[in-house]
Amino acid sequence: MANIIFYILSGITLCSALFVILSKNPVYSVLSLVITFSCITGHMLLLSADFLAVVNLIVYAGAIMVLFLFVIMMLNLNDAAAQPGKPFLSKLAAFVAGGLLLISLVYLLKGQQTGHIDLSTLDNNFGSAQELGKILFNEFLLPFEITSVLFLSAMIGAVMLGKKDLKDY
Amino acid sequence: MSEYLVLCCILFSLGAFGVLIRRNILVMFMSIELMLNSVNLLLVYFSAIHNDQSGQVFVFFIMAVAAAEITIGLAILVMIFRHIGSIKIDSLKELKW
Repeated sequence: MANIIFYILSGITLCSALFVILSKNPVYSVLSLVITFSCITGHMLLLSADFLAVVNLIVYAGAIMVLFLFVIMMLNLNDAAAQPGKPFLSKLAAFVAGGLLLISLVYLLKGQQTGHIDLSTLDNNFGSAQELGKILFNEFLLPFEITSVLFLSAMIGAVMLGKKDLKDY
Repeated sequence: MSEYLVLCCILFSLGAFGVLIRRNILVMFMSIELMLNSVNLLLVYFSAIHNDQSGQVFVFFIMAVAAAEITIGLAILVMIFRHIGSIKIDSLKELKW
């Protein structure tokens, strides 16, 4: 049963990911990226990472995609679609490079014997908010604090970059 | 070899392919998000295999860095659009010597 759900989700994930990079209109790219992230959330639920799945849905499919849509709305991109695309040779080069990357990644990971995942052996509240919080605030306390500094600097940087003209300040 | 490894490899390669093939900076950002998310899924998979939840905490940090990166990147993108009037990557020729 879980296998069937996995294959259906994988198919939708790959199709919408392909649509993200191939569609001409950036709005359609954003919408299919939302579908991709929702499917990845489904994969995380299959792997019993419940809390992380919810966070993924809220942060990625919610906040970041809304940010993308706002930027698309702010920029007027009507005339941008009329321009011709890349020449054929560079498209071919990109295709070959992507294919070579895929082949080398699969070749690297080919010998890995990961075995089948058995969810029944996991702890009862594996991946719950309680367990993750215990790890986050004990082992990873310093990275957590540094992340808050990173967010502060990102916020200040975004505000400064978004100003109309910096000469007044 | 597990199906999840194959899926994440394909997703990552699709993201890299998207960065190479598109000229629109917005779509390149989306491809970068795709690559980050495939790595997230792989970390969750390995954390479930090894029965170790530290991998899931790492995903939190990846999400935080991705959010900060996208915020700064989109702010720079808006500024580029105000100065140059285009978000094609080819129009950024100022740094070319």
